Amino acid sequence: MSEDGILHGTFFMNGDVACAEGAISAGCRFFAGYPITPATEVAERMSERLPHVGGVYIQMEDEIASMNAVLGASWAGVKAMTATSGPGFSLMMENLGLGVILETPCVLVNIQRAGPSTGLPTLPAQGDMMQARWGSHGSYEIIALVPSSPQEIFDLIIEAFNLSERYRVPVLVMSDEAVGHMSEKVVIPEISPENLMSRRRPDVPPEEYLPYKADGDLVPPMAIAGEGYRFHVTGLTHDEKGYPVMTAEAQDKLVRRLVDKIKLNRNDIIKCEESDVEDAEIIVCAYGITSRIARLAVQQARNEGIRAGLLRLITVWPFAEERVKELAKQVKAFIVPEINYGQIVLEVERCAAGKASTVLVPHMGGSVHTPHTILNAIKESLQ
Amino acid sequence: MTSTKTPVTLEESNIESFLRMDRMPHIWCAGCGIGTAVGCFARAVERAGLDPDKVSLISGIGCAGRAAGYVKLDSFHTTHGRALPFATGLKLGNPELNVVVFSGDGDLLAIGGNHLIHSARRNIDLTVICINNFNYGMTGGQMGPTTPIDARTTTTPYGNVEYPFNAPYLLAASGATYVSRWTVMHPRELERSIAEALVKPGFSFVEVLSPCPALYGRLNKESKGLDTMHTYLKRSVIRNGADPKDAEIGLNGPILVGKYVDIERPTLWDCCKQVFDRVKEKKSK
Ligand code: SF4
Repeated sequence: MSEDGILHGTFFMNGDVACAEGAISAGCRFFAGYPITPATEVAERMSERLPHVGGVYIQMEDEIASMNAVLGASWAGVKAMTATSGPGFSLMMENLGLGVILETPCVLVNIQRAGPSTGLPTLPAQGDMMQARWGSHGSYEIIALVPSSPQEIFDLIIEAFNLSERYRVPVLVMSDEAVGHMSEKVVIPEISPENLMSRRRPDVPPEEYLPYKADGDLVPPMAIAGEGYRFHVTGLTHDEKGYPVMTAEAQDKLVRRLVDKIKLNRNDIIKCEESDVEDAEIIVCAYGITSRIARLAVQQARNEGIRAGLLRLITVWPFAEERVKELAKQVKAFIVPEINYGQIVLEVERCAAGKASTVLVPHMGGSVHTPHTILNAIKESLQ
Repeated sequence: MTSTKTPVTLEESNIESFLRMDRMPHIWCAGCGIGTAVGCFARAVERAGLDPDKVSLISGIGCAGRAAGYVKLDSFHTTHGRALPFATGLKLGNPELNVVVFSGDGDLLAIGGNHLIHSARRNIDLTVICINNFNYGMTGGQMGPTTPIDARTTTTPYGNVEYPFNAPYLLAASGATYVSRWTVMHPRELERSIAEALVKPGFSFVEVLSPCPALYGRLNKESKGLDTMHTYLKRSVIRNGADPKDAEIGLNGPILVGKYVDIERPTLWDCCKQVFDRVKEKKSK
């Protein structure tokens, strides 16, 4: 550990711990959470590590409170995070919406377990992917990233903080129990300050500051509490001043901007990884832990002379719509394995728009796919 | 909340510098007590000698929750019941701030009840001003966690059958370091009490009984704000240092007002700082 309390070097650690270290490296100095399997280790690690870097850990009375505390800390100017799993994620949906409408940078990690309800607390699933997109009420757009290894959870937490500060939106990191609890090599580099984003602050005096006046990029500069701006923000539909306005016009203007600031910047946000897609006639589209198994299946298919490729979604929301549309012109079929009964497959199908067929390889959760199941689906789709 | 609009009736003119005059007229009904409570709060900030730039006000949802929109402070109108956890994050994010939660009884004691008792338990340095008008005003006068037994509301047309919370007793038991209750008929005492609460380290809770003539009053034979003011005058008994157990409010009978709790206990931040020191010590060894 260096003087400033930040880790550097090569470690063997599990995904939950790598998640906490990613947050520390990203400059996160506030964590509010509530114990929940399989995300508890994130909270435990944060409670141990934050005092070393001058940060604050607080265990709240529930996940509703945790999400709110994170928003409050962000308005004090501190990078803030919480981590949870399904049942807690459900409780956080209410104030995820508040984070969206107040345009509050923060990071929410979901180490997914199998549901519905209490489900399988200690076993993996990817069943909250649509909840990540639509879980809070109203129209909004969100950013969600999906790591497939402890190293990637570390990397993506930093990316998540950068995106949340850049676009003033809560960013979700949708991991799962398998990645959270697997231990692998994690390289923690020294991260130079210019690679860490901070929200744009107002450059006008308080009298001229309008909290929700955005320029070209649709992201307004953000004042923080205690600096003399004396701003007002509200979860009600509001104008540029931040004052409530109860009209359809104000609603149209606000919601359009909240959605468009993500939508129009999607090319800057969306990340995918492609392997063997150039000549592929079958593409497996997978994310998170499932993409690692999909990779094995694709290799096996190639060994057997099948032109298969892998499209690994790193950003799930916003969805890599354009890329899937393009690939649909080239391939016969998309194979979509996921640990749920069909969520992201709906997006793939929508984008394929009948140009390529779409095959779901579902898994109800509790374990992961076998490469064999995915390979079979690849073969069947060629018949 | 009904659509009747009245101008602000805050006496001192310097109060205006404290309010978002560009948001007037406010939404509160004629005879509503919330405006008076906001005025007392404004004067209390001055009396306590706080720099308004360093004061943040957080509200939940409801008629009282609209206060955040009218004060010229860093002000946050959050979700129903959640002002306290939001305030908790803000305060821990910047312990230099004076963080005040201004909200109603339904918001703080029903949907936010869990946050309230836990905030008091951890003794985070916040000041809560709880407007208690015995019902849910914003949604049209339904029964709430403070509605006296037998009282009429729009959801207790035959009289309320549930026992209400005795807020001072609950807060004292939960660990608050400062607990008081006044009515808007006691503006001087209320102002002084809020000022005390603002500078008191730890979790402070000021309950403010406030008329809701439009709804609760109308259904309980006090259809004018003044009627409720008379009731307060008639029924309140000032008794500082009373046992909060005795602070129950019925449909009739005395209403105890005054200061119930004023004790010293290390705040959450005091304890956090000890942890920082322990970690530093360990490192230097
Ligand atoms: S509390 Fe009652 S009187 Fe006051 S604004 Fe609300 S409805 Fe009107």
